[in-house]
Amino acid sequence: MTRYIAFRLLQAVGVLWAAYTVSFLVLYALPGDPASLLAGPDATDVTPEQLDAIRAQYGLDRPLVVQYLDQLLHLVQGDLGTSISSGRPVTDVIGEAIGPTSQIAAAGLMLAIVFGGGLAIVATYTRHRWLGQLLLAVPPLGVAIPAFWFALLLLQWFSFALPIFPAMGDNGPSSIVLPAITLALPTGATIAQLLSKSLITTLREPYIDTAWAKGASRSRIHFRHALRNAALPALTIAGLLVGQLLAGTVVTETVFSRPGIGRVTASAVGAQDIAVVQGVVVFAAVVFVLANLVVDLIYPLLDPRIQIRRRRSSAGRTTAQTGVNA
Amino acid sequence: MTETASLVTDNDSRHSDETFASTAADRFQDASRSRQGGSRRGLGRIRRAWLFVARRPSAALAALWIVLVLISAVAPTLFSGQDPLDGVPADKMQGPSPAHWFGTDQIGRDLFTRVVHGSALTLQAAVIAVAIGLIVGSLLGLLAGFVGTWVDDVIMRIADVLLAIPSLLLSLALITALGFGTVNVAIAVGLSSVAAVSRIMRSEVIRVRNAVFVEAAFASGNRWSRVLFRHVLPNSIGPVLVLAALEFGTAILAVSALSFLGYGAQPPAPEWGSLVSTGRNFIATAWWLTALPGAVIALTVLSANRLSRALDSEGRRSR
Repeated sequence: MTRYIAFRLLQAVGVLWAAYTVSFLVLYALPGDPASLLAGPDATDVTPEQLDAIRAQYGLDRPLVVQYLDQLLHLVQGDLGTSISSGRPVTDVIGEAIGPTSQIAAAGLMLAIVFGGGLAIVATYTRHRWLGQLLLAVPPLGVAIPAFWFALLLLQWFSFALPIFPAMGDNGPSSIVLPAITLALPTGATIAQLLSKSLITTLREPYIDTAWAKGASRSRIHFRHALRNAALPALTIAGLLVGQLLAGTVVTETVFSRPGIGRVTASAVGAQDIAVVQGVVVFAAVVFVLANLVVDLIYPLLDPRIQIRRRRSSAGRTTAQTGVNA
Repeated sequence: MTETASLVTDNDSRHSDETFASTAADRFQDASRSRQGGSRRGLGRIRRAWLFVARRPSAALAALWIVLVLISAVAPTLFSGQDPLDGVPADKMQGPSPAHWFGTDQIGRDLFTRVVHGSALTLQAAVIAVAIGLIVGSLLGLLAGFVGTWVDDVIMRIADVLLAIPSLLLSLALITALGFGTVNVAIAVGLSSVAAVSRIMRSEVIRVRNAVFVEAAFASGNRWSRVLFRHVLPNSIGPVLVLAALEFGTAILAVSALSFLGYGAQPPAPEWGSLVSTGRNFIATAWWLTALPGAVIALTVLSANRLSRALDSEGRRSR
């Protein structure tokens, strides 16, 4: 067990390093001049001398490899650099934003699991074909609706037409409701699509026939026998879903004017604050890796057939960080 | 991304499919069919198309909507004779009416006209994004699947990392580096879909590479480049094209979200996402300024996804 966890942690560090490298390549090595980005989006009248000064100040005049290794060394020490627009350490900027974002993200994830999972279960459990068909037509809608539009509709209905929830800001539990619903829509739709599909295939398995033959009740078969097995594929994409939630906060927090990671990201991109953008990418990778680690550790609890020691050799299970595409 | 996931899980369960005819077996069938007379063949095609529509009316509606949107991108004046940039100040902030289907905005411009004219920018960006994602992604997937060994390992490990970063964040990082504007948004969205495309292409190529007809092609003395582009590529591109339809919807979503955030087209140029973004300032008083352009985006994405699913099941049926 300890060896397994150590192995997984090592793998997690590998993913983080790779994500960091990708973001470095994108932000510093792409054709484009980081120095003029640093000078600001509006700086059209910067003289070459000023650009040189900026390069020297941020160490951009050094070879790329040196910059990369220097930044990596700082990252290992938990230093993500300094925000260019505010002059504060990136770790502080992101650290402050985690709180408000995790509130709406946690609420959104719960809504998504309850409603997405519930929809899939009801759609496959009902004996009315029309009801099942109707319910299964909902998730494709959920993934096609633009989040910003949905958020604005919610605002119109529940903040302006019926003043139930506040339209913006971060004060009290009632301000969490609408952002959480916005975040839950695409995630819940994905869960519903995946779970209903896997429930339908599971219910056709021979062991379900065996359970029928043994006289198990319909609900027992559905919940005890089918659901437990069908939930496993949905669990493997937990990392992707959490990433999706995090990305969703960019639009959600902008529409509802809430503080958080999404707002930090949106304004960092607007101000072309490369250090903060890179910090957010690394943070997203951390979240992704953690989510997968948690899933991997609780996987054996749900599915006793999988034992951790055996899983290390079976490639399919351990590459959970590749999502469902394995 | 989400629909991509469900697509991929499908792929594992079907090993015997080739979407487009060009294996020896399919060509044989084609040849024997054309021997039976050209007229019957033409009739068959019409009947097949009719069956396709009759079996799934919703897919036909989706196709119709996409065609309308495409026409409005190429020839917007067919749908609306009004000017998208100049308004009539006296008519400002009017709700939907027969004269102004989608109402008018704060300086009296007809919103329907702006949406129709905006489809050009949005679709252009989506098409660029899909093209980049498709070309780069399928070349990488083809290379990884066909060459195998360490090339495969390197390409797929990089794809793994790219998939670990949410695609919106990846696009945002790319936009930070490339700068703002519709084309840059399109490039960013396209590049962030490369990893998903390359994975699907690779799994298809691996499936095809081990098929007997590829072995036969090698055995009959073809060079590897000919085998790759003449035999492997046409037989593995089907699922990628299904994915392309899906990516088109995803790209419209991503492009409009990024312009909504203000990184794409700048006002007054009409673009779907930025139309919603401008309408946001009047959300309490003029619901149509956000609701209607947003509904057009949602319908277009929904249609693209529906078409992709229809193509997918049609591809599987025609085995």
